Amino acid sequence: MSTSVTQSTRAPELRVRPVEAADLGQVIAIDAEVTGLEKTDYWYELFHRYGGGRTRQRLFLVAEAGNAIHGFIIGEVRDWEFGSAPCGWVFGLSVRPDARLAGVGGRMLEAICDGFRHAGVAKVRTMLARDNSLVLSFFRSQGMMAAPFIPLEMDLE
Amino acid sequence: MKLQKGTSLALYSVLEFAANPGRQLSAAEIAEKYGASTHHLAKVLRELGRAGLVESARGVGGGYRFSGNARRLTLMDVIELFEDISTRTGESDEFDASSDVGRALGAVMAEVDEIAKATFRSITVDTMLKLIERQRRAAADKQAPPA
Repeated sequence: MSTSVTQSTRAPELRVRPVEAADLGQVIAIDAEVTGLEKTDYWYELFHRYGGGRTRQRLFLVAEAGNAIHGFIIGEVRDWEFGSAPCGWVFGLSVRPDARLAGVGGRMLEAICDGFRHAGVAKVRTMLARDNSLVLSFFRSQGMMAAPFIPLEMDLE
Repeated sequence: MKLQKGTSLALYSVLEFAANPGRQLSAAEIAEKYGASTHHLAKVLRELGRAGLVESARGVGGGYRFSGNARRLTLMDVIELFEDISTRTGESDEFDASSDVGRALGAVMAEVDEIAKATFRSITVDTMLKLIERQRRAAADKQAPPA
């Protein structure tokens, strides 16, 4: 899960649309600024799989104002994982630090939820680190509650 | 994880005040609503006042009102004014760590505590007020006769 977000008052003239190849430089820069890691290959691969509105099941959206990309959100519809009815999954969300507190995160979440509804699902989920209070608070503020699932992991030796 | 009575009263109070930002509420009103003694609640409100989360209002009847930032203040911020749960783990609190069984049970309790703390850290007063409103609307919809 990419880090960092926002909420609150509406940003004027903000448009949320499917990512285009020309946006990738700014997307990579936002992610690098927020996470401290530049993952160029990862983002090109993700664009290949999720970009350009290839399917209704996969969504990679950006928030644009003027010529600047202010943030991005990525998700997909996942079917019947461990018996869960198909639902929307948000697995990446980030807003440029200097564009926060202007409603960018909320607008992108609304847009991807519209996409999920269009794909026929009625539930959206996400998962992120429990020490990521900023993004957790954002999703909470949008009405998300704990899901009836527990993430598990173990070290592979 | 169980919160102390004073901590619960602080959460009730902060949410009552934040839900009624323009209104002065007396300690007696809140104490009566949540079945607490006025004396205990007054101590809680003094602590909230020292932290800048409520301020006492002058004038007829007196009372208190919310003076915090509802969009920034988390449940954990309020809780930590009254008890230190940030370092609490099930391992130290509830089971004897001198045995294998106690240590394993402690590890499970520590998992539960970590999730609880992350939840308290991620929920602001503003988010709580939205949740309260959603629940109120859902309850009203349930009670409304079918059209």
